[in-house]
Amino acid sequence: MARYILKRFLISIVTLLVIILVLFLMLEIMPGSPFNDEKLSEEQVAVLYQKYSLDQPIMVRFIKYVGNVCKGDFGVSYSLSENTPISSMLKRRVPVTFKIGLLSMVFGTATGLLLGLISAFMKNKIVDFIYNILTIIGIAVPSYLIAMFLSYYFGFKIPFLALLYDIRSPMYSSVIPIISMGFIVMAVVARFCKAEASDVMQSDYVLFAKCQGLSSSTIIVKYVLRNSLMPVITVIATLLVGVLTGSLVIEEMFSIPGIGNLLTRAIAANDYNVVIGLSFIYSALYIIVMFILDIVYCIIDPRVRLTSKEG
Amino acid sequence: MTDTYVASPDDFTFAPDSLKTSQNIEAVIGVKHENLKKFFARKMNILGVILVTVLILLSIIGPYISGHKFDEQNLERVNMAPRIPGLEKLGIFDGSEVVPKTKGTVKQNKYKEYSAENEYYFFGTDNLGRDMFSRCFMGLRISLLIAFIATVIDLIIGMNYGIISGYFGGTIDIIMQRVIDVIGSIPTLVVVTILMLVLQPGFLTIILALMLTGWIEMSLVARSQVLKVKEMEFIQAARTMGAGHAYIIFRELVPNIIGKLITQIMLSIPGAVFLEAFLSFVGLGMPVEKCSLGTLLSNGFENALLHPYKLIPAATLMIMLMVGCHLIAEGMKKLDE
Repeated sequence: MARYILKRFLISIVTLLVIILVLFLMLEIMPGSPFNDEKLSEEQVAVLYQKYSLDQPIMVRFIKYVGNVCKGDFGVSYSLSENTPISSMLKRRVPVTFKIGLLSMVFGTATGLLLGLISAFMKNKIVDFIYNILTIIGIAVPSYLIAMFLSYYFGFKIPFLALLYDIRSPMYSSVIPIISMGFIVMAVVARFCKAEASDVMQSDYVLFAKCQGLSSSTIIVKYVLRNSLMPVITVIATLLVGVLTGSLVIEEMFSIPGIGNLLTRAIAANDYNVVIGLSFIYSALYIIVMFILDIVYCIIDPRVRLTSKEG
Repeated sequence: MTDTYVASPDDFTFAPDSLKTSQNIEAVIGVKHENLKKFFARKMNILGVILVTVLILLSIIGPYISGHKFDEQNLERVNMAPRIPGLEKLGIFDGSEVVPKTKGTVKQNKYKEYSAENEYYFFGTDNLGRDMFSRCFMGLRISLLIAFIATVIDLIIGMNYGIISGYFGGTIDIIMQRVIDVIGSIPTLVVVTILMLVLQPGFLTIILALMLTGWIEMSLVARSQVLKVKEMEFIQAARTMGAGHAYIIFRELVPNIIGKLITQIMLSIPGAVFLEAFLSFVGLGMPVEKCSLGTLLSNGFENALLHPYKLIPAATLMIMLMVGCHLIAEGMKKLDE
């Protein structure tokens, strides 16, 4: 177990280092520089390069950068908002993205579990129809179209929801973003949950429990739920990453001051440090979630532990 | 130490021709027929196939139906609402639209304003007077083309990588899988944004972005299938008969794993269309004059509250494509069970 975790941990660290290195190399060959202002003379640009130590060889910068990141320092922004430390820019924005992402996860997972379980246990034409429609919409319709639809009808035609994000009432104004991002989560969770629950319902141990004369509610709560919910954790983790990184468009649409919004602006402004910092944050997020997921899965499912020992 | 028996060529005789009849081949074809029958027995699968076929046909002929070219600008026919011959008599799609103004709403008909009573724009026109009907199907064509090319490249790279990794196993497998671990941990978003920074946004760049991110999934599917099939008797049999790696891989393995890969393709195509739309949305997609579904959607958004008809056709096409591909993929998955 400990060996497995250590191995996974080392892979994660290596991956993060590789990502930073790739980012550095990419930005090195990228056209344009953060100081694209035509008014600057060559000498002035050279001074700026020296000031931010951009004139040093790439490996030196890379090692320095990694050292600084370990201390939580992502450098300063060059052009977007001059000389502001990126960590302080992130401090304001990361919570916004996280809050909306997590809320839409909570919304999606809760409704998805409900929908999946209801349609797994109730063999009913109307329930099946609703299940099919909702899951197809969730999977086939991009979140921004759902957002557009919702804001047209519930923000514009019958105006009772906010069309744009408002810092003064963050909860009320993020209802549409949360629902539209949660839709795909709902659909995926519902389908996964239904498939798992149906599998478990047909298993031998549920049949045995029925033969013992246990009531169906006991069977559902003690046997089916427990065994069918564990695999759902895997999808939830991957979906969480998807929601957090995929919120870019929604953040643009509703002008939510999150990290997605910052990334688009940083790309346009050639702000190297911000782009690297954000890409790093996104990658780290992804890797950390996957790492935690592996460990959690290892703890709840003994089979993973056994196979990893052999391997 | 026990003596190991070394087989000599004399131990084997060629099978008589009577055993080489087409029986086996017929059996295989029989299975395929059976599968097709089963596939078309489900109504949802038929619906999926119809949707995708209709969309592909429309993407081919659609841009030529209305008689307006997709990139033909006409500043005297700006922001016209949809008008369809026949349906206009029913009071719908007659070119009139209700536009919200600062004080209440106004019902207007641009066809009368421009005195273009004899002209029909089935889906209306955009803010430069381009025919939305032609644009939508042209966009569909480009989006499908991007998705298709990217997916085929994904398939080629992913399949080869997965087969090599799964078939040869051992150290090669471990190294190749660690490489995938590292590459796969970079979020798609990051790969795509970096790529878009380095290259100019456009057709090839989008394909490259889709390619770089899509092959991993494909190779994982291929590898898991290879691991499953590799241990089966017919592979062992081929090996005992002295078949080389190339023969086993291309004649025995590939035909047996291709089904799963086709299912994966059906899932990859909507994914690629999705990503393309997403890129256009963030402003990193196709140039506007060369429309794709993504650019149409993001243009439609800009004034969707004023002129909702600009968004609806492209959105509908996209949703139809998604639903069609998902239904087919779903049907193929059910077939395997």
